[in-house]
Amino acid sequence: MKRTSINQISLNSRIKTYLRNPFSLLMLLAVTLAVLITVVVLVYIVGYILVKGVPYLTPSLFEFVYTSTNVSLFPSIITTLFMVAISLVIAAPIGIFCAIYLVEYAKRGNRFVKYVRITTETLSGIPSIVYGLFGLLFFVMALNMGTSIIAGCLTLSIMILPLIIRTTEEALKSVPDTFREGSYGLGATRLRTVFMVILPSAVPGILAGIILSIGRIVGETAALIYTAGTIAQIPTSLGDSARTLSIHMYSLSRESLHTSEAYATAVVLLIVVLIINFFANVIANKFKRGKL
Amino acid sequence: MKKKLIDKLSTAIFFLCALVSILSVLLICIFLFAGGVPAMGKIGFFDFLFGQVWKPSDLPALYGILPMIVGSLYVTAGAILIGVPIGILTAIFMSHFCQKGIHKFLKPLVELLAGIPSIVYGFFGLMVLVPLIRDQFGGNGNSILTASILLGIMILPTVISISEAALRAVPDMYYEGALALGATHERSVFSVVLPAAKSGVFASIVLGIGRAIGETMAVIMVAGNQARMPVDLLKGVRTLTANIVIEMGYAQGLHREALIATGVVLFVFILLLNISFHLLSNRKQVKG
Repeated sequence: MKRTSINQISLNSRIKTYLRNPFSLLMLLAVTLAVLITVVVLVYIVGYILVKGVPYLTPSLFEFVYTSTNVSLFPSIITTLFMVAISLVIAAPIGIFCAIYLVEYAKRGNRFVKYVRITTETLSGIPSIVYGLFGLLFFVMALNMGTSIIAGCLTLSIMILPLIIRTTEEALKSVPDTFREGSYGLGATRLRTVFMVILPSAVPGILAGIILSIGRIVGETAALIYTAGTIAQIPTSLGDSARTLSIHMYSLSRESLHTSEAYATAVVLLIVVLIINFFANVIANKFKRGKL
Repeated sequence: MKKKLIDKLSTAIFFLCALVSILSVLLICIFLFAGGVPAMGKIGFFDFLFGQVWKPSDLPALYGILPMIVGSLYVTAGAILIGVPIGILTAIFMSHFCQKGIHKFLKPLVELLAGIPSIVYGFFGLMVLVPLIRDQFGGNGNSILTASILLGIMILPTVISISEAALRAVPDMYYEGALALGATHERSVFSVVLPAAKSGVFASIVLGIGRAIGETMAVIMVAGNQARMPVDLLKGVRTLTANIVIEMGYAQGLHREALIATGVVLFVFILLLNISFHLLSNRKQVKG
């Protein structure tokens, strides 16, 4: 598309305008400076961790069993995968069903819906350490699960629930009403409409939410220290205590002996986050294009 | 008949799932308050909240969390001072100062900034910021200043994304009207669009405060964690969150309950912030 020439100002006259309006020039500089700071900080953090950490990614870090000499992060990778899988198995159906109820089933202006919205928002604002405390008091002690994978996963499930509900809700809302009407018109029941028509077309949005929750689980530390524990081992049952990558990193960076291994763990965490963000973006973009 | 039953059953299941978040909030409230409020009673409400000395191992033990409350407030205020101006200005750039191409590049960057785990931020702070502060300003580097800078970086994505959405929600005619009156691009954005997006921008600040006050792992690694009243910017400080994580591992009896009560105080702070966020974003809806 060609731009109309009306909006085009020559560089010369632009400079003149700025010289006449010091406020404008100042604000332009401030805005540019702020963006530069943001970009430089991010690039510096990522670059620093990668440059410092990649050389420490040695094969011994990926040995099957953790010992105090190899400081292997392999067990914590396995634990992280377990935790992600179990937490999602618990939270994803509940979150998706909750969103289905809110969008497809509940009547407009329903008071119950309002309470669900308020509590969901509250949940998303609670700091992870408070979740950790709650998990310790409720799952670990009151329900007698002990410091275990399952207590950690249940705590995490509550934590990621608002994220899944919110993204699923948005995805469901963006499904055009014609889909619903068409399905009902063909004689499908409400349940059939939800599962055969609405959910399939909302999949990308839901998936993007789930990927973001994976990111939250992988990066979580404070909620897990006192619920899933910090033992470096591959868990054999749900009742075992084990540490995820983030907790592994916390333990390493507290003992100043293992700085290099902490760098390596940071690299692994960062790469996971980069991959997660990449896929969330790809899926979200597909979704947007599909809508148009 | 069967169809109806299935329909009823599925509705019931969906309803139950929707109940889960209400139930979770209730459970969290009940267990936190039941675990923490008795300790406040035993220690004395005012002695607990306004006591200036936290010495759980002394005889008699002293459980005053004022140092931690003030610590949390200082660190959060520092983070706001650093993060909010940069965040809002970046949001303005993203919404009104850049072409689509640059925006396409900035957006994922901000998302990445939001996705980096707090423990990695903490580690970065420990390895880069702490030595930097130590060499530039003296002290041992673990300080209010270090924690503020790190938290300021961490709240950037929250402030940027919500402020940007608020700025984009302002109708174009505001901007165009200002231009038509002869204002420059910058003046239109700063004097017309930004005030119109005020409530959304404030909401982003409130969320940023929530993130800063609730942040745990990153702060522990750079703040020094001394449980005493904060003295100056270059000395260490302990936040509410840090207090819980550091001592929960070995605390017993009343000490443990006092830590849970610390969690209660934090929880109440966050609830208040949530309510104000709610009020701010509701006002936006009324106006829009």
